[in-house]
Amino acid sequence: MSKYYLFQDSKRCIGCHSCEVICKMNKNLPVGPKLCEIVTTGPTFIANLPRAAFTFMPCFHCEDAWCVAACPTGAMQKRSRDGIVFVNQDLCVGCKTCMSACPWGAPQWNPEIGKVVKCDYCMDRVDAGLEPACVTICTTHCLHFRKANLVPSIRRERYARVMSSLD
Amino acid sequence: MQKEVYSLCFMCSVRCPIRVIVENDDVKWIEGNPHVPGMEGSLCPRGAAGIALLKDHERLQSPMIRIGPRGSGKWKKVSWDEALGFVAEKLKDIIAQYGGHSVVLGERTQISTHVSKTFMRAIGSPNHFTHDAVCKGSVNTACRSLFGYTDAQMSMDYKNTKHIIMYGRNLFESIEVKPVNNLMDAIEKGAKLTYIDPRVSLTAIKAHRYLMIRPGTDLALNYALINIILKENLYDRGYTDRWVLGFSDLQSFVQPYTPEWAEAETGIPAAEIVALAREVSRDKPSVIFHFGYRGANHTDEIYMRRSIMILNTLMGSVEAKGGFFVKKGPGEVGGKPARKLTEQKFPKIEVPRFDQLGTSYLPLPDPSHGVGQILPYAILDENPYPLRALIAYRFDPLMSIPDFNLVKKAMDKLELIVAIEINLSDTAWYSDVILPEPIYLERLDCVRQVNGLKPQMFLRQQAVGPRYDSRPGPIILKQIGERIGIGEYFPYDSIEELVCWQLEETGFSIEDFKAKGFVSYTDKQIFWDRKDGLKFKTPSGKIEFTSSLLKDEGFDSFPTYESRTSPPTDQFRLITGRCALHTHISTQNNPYLNEIVPENVLWINTKRAEGIGVKNGRMVEVSSPQGSGKIGAFVTDLIHPEAVFMLHGFGHQAKLATRSYKKGLHDGLLMKNISDMIGGSPALHHTFVTVKPA
Repeated sequence: MSKYYLFQDSKRCIGCHSCEVICKMNKNLPVGPKLCEIVTTGPTFIANLPRAAFTFMPCFHCEDAWCVAACPTGAMQKRSRDGIVFVNQDLCVGCKTCMSACPWGAPQWNPEIGKVVKCDYCMDRVDAGLEPACVTICTTHCLHFRKANLVPSIRRERYARVMSSLD
Repeated sequence: MQKEVYSLCFMCSVRCPIRVIVENDDVKWIEGNPHVPGMEGSLCPRGAAGIALLKDHERLQSPMIRIGPRGSGKWKKVSWDEALGFVAEKLKDIIAQYGGHSVVLGERTQISTHVSKTFMRAIGSPNHFTHDAVCKGSVNTACRSLFGYTDAQMSMDYKNTKHIIMYGRNLFESIEVKPVNNLMDAIEKGAKLTYIDPRVSLTAIKAHRYLMIRPGTDLALNYALINIILKENLYDRGYTDRWVLGFSDLQSFVQPYTPEWAEAETGIPAAEIVALAREVSRDKPSVIFHFGYRGANHTDEIYMRRSIMILNTLMGSVEAKGGFFVKKGPGEVGGKPARKLTEQKFPKIEVPRFDQLGTSYLPLPDPSHGVGQILPYAILDENPYPLRALIAYRFDPLMSIPDFNLVKKAMDKLELIVAIEINLSDTAWYSDVILPEPIYLERLDCVRQVNGLKPQMFLRQQAVGPRYDSRPGPIILKQIGERIGIGEYFPYDSIEELVCWQLEETGFSIEDFKAKGFVSYTDKQIFWDRKDGLKFKTPSGKIEFTSSLLKDEGFDSFPTYESRTSPPTDQFRLITGRCALHTHISTQNNPYLNEIVPENVLWINTKRAEGIGVKNGRMVEVSSPQGSGKIGAFVTDLIHPEAVFMLHGFGHQAKLATRSYKKGLHDGLLMKNISDMIGGSPALHHTFVTVKPA
């Protein structure tokens, strides 16, 4: 796994797709490839209240990445210092094996260049001390990106606040 | 070399503060202004698609004059000199023959609106209108009838609210970034959200209570809430005793409107209504009954919006932490606002407005916005006089005024249609001359005065040079003005000069905006004293439940509730709304936004759909007496059986805006053009439609 953890606070997410749009803007992508995607489930009624789930689907940057193992040219790589999985596009021949290999559909096809593109946690931004584009501009600040053990324990704290009493 | 530019977004009319990173005259990055609480980097999806607009080769690239029939798409690219000369000659002829008042200018309210108002006054025309009435004229009038302030002069303290009640105010999809974040923070702290809508929007899915109300009966619900609040003494007695005029009139009026009565009208169980009234009142005064943004559904809209603000008053929430407040201007702290060109002296205008606003026909709507949806009638009936020319400034009457066919017929009667635009809108497509503006990233704009708990000024600063042969509106209008003999009203040669002139008496300079994009007159929130310091601008100085504004024009403050007619068994009430990915009618051709929401669909209740053989995902034909069209069906339990819903802003006709051309169906094609003649809003939810498999 990468050293990083991208946490989506689903309580705050409003399913607006800002993350998808800014990602495409930042990577200058044409219509088609989506390096991250909000997948909406519902709305449906649960005990008289309408509820929906917005699942944020970037790349998971796996420890033993299927895409890296499958890539025949060495284009799909894992950065040793922090585990970010990325495509070296100079080496990509557009064979799409990584797209077949990934169980979660993370690698995407860029028809303009005839190569694979993929979420790299905006590693140029990370290297510059910034956050991935999706995290920075998320409308409701529902996305959090840190070294895995530094991500704020939002759910734990929220639960504790609800349960606690000052008696 | 990278530089940062602080500016204001204009992908929608909220104008969120942004920070733009520029390198070699190219925009590398846009984010919410990190110095503004509630923004802190955030952008909504429309804001995130700003660079796609900047790069879009389908936006307007140069001045053009039409050479084929209207709407044929045959254009001649011309120089600015030729385009402006053409418009000036036409205007001069029209003004000479029919008078300045035969010219109308309609625009989406924007930072430079004072320039267009100046242009119109200088030519002797009272006929400036904004898009506002089409959206929320009745909310404006309702607020003035109670408080003496317009809706735009009031706002709400989302961050500290304990309970917010929204009537179709789909905040989490229409998205104003700061309010969304402030409300999210309040919910984190335990605030409750009650959402009332015949349709499950994405705001409904975040609600603690959702009421699928029978469409158009919100007023009945409110009268029942008021009934219970008064009966059970759930209101803020000290506040109403001090500040309300006409309390006893309200008391006797709501007697018959019991929760049981409202249950029959709204479909919401009486017990639920009582529970809501009790629960909300426990959190007073930190509660917000949201008066809405768009408030344009029915012909009695003003009373619905008044009932909301009466509820707030009963909760004592007007000028309360976590409730509503009156926006404070720089005058509150001894400061001066930016000047506007409209301060100048203009020739006196004797003729009435085209919408007859201020006469017995439409006495009460706000003349600073006018009532735009009257335009097609004024043109066709030549009442009160013939109109010959329309300047459509970032406003698209064909798509924004209900009854497309009626509007089109009216436009056919005009001698001159000029579009000042950035996109190939449907009205630009149908115009005679197109004058392109640079987009927000490519221009400096006038000063934006932001009143609120802390009065501020913001500046839209230019990030990059214009990509195409465009000019900002204040320059375009000045240059037309010079050609028709009113040049003296535009005392500037550049937007920068205009901004410096605006700032002259404020104590701030244009340089002060460089560091963060805004300046503040104070760093403290200003709340007035609730006991003695509330400055309502009504004749009585109080909150007028019994309104002198209404009374003086012969209108009742509390007319008997008229039951909302259900559609005939084979018909539906058409309702309309928005999604997070699009701004009204203006973003459907943006490549990134179009990719996610390319067209609209017709939401239809599962049981009703079964009854008429409509299948999910198949095409249906929707018809009204005004028009008909085809659209895909979305069969769902998420909508009330009496209603069908579609997103506004689709079904564009401008062929060269290829991504949005003929995608989906335009709701205005089906809607009839009728209005709340007291408040001023059109009644956009007042049309019944039939639906059948296509």
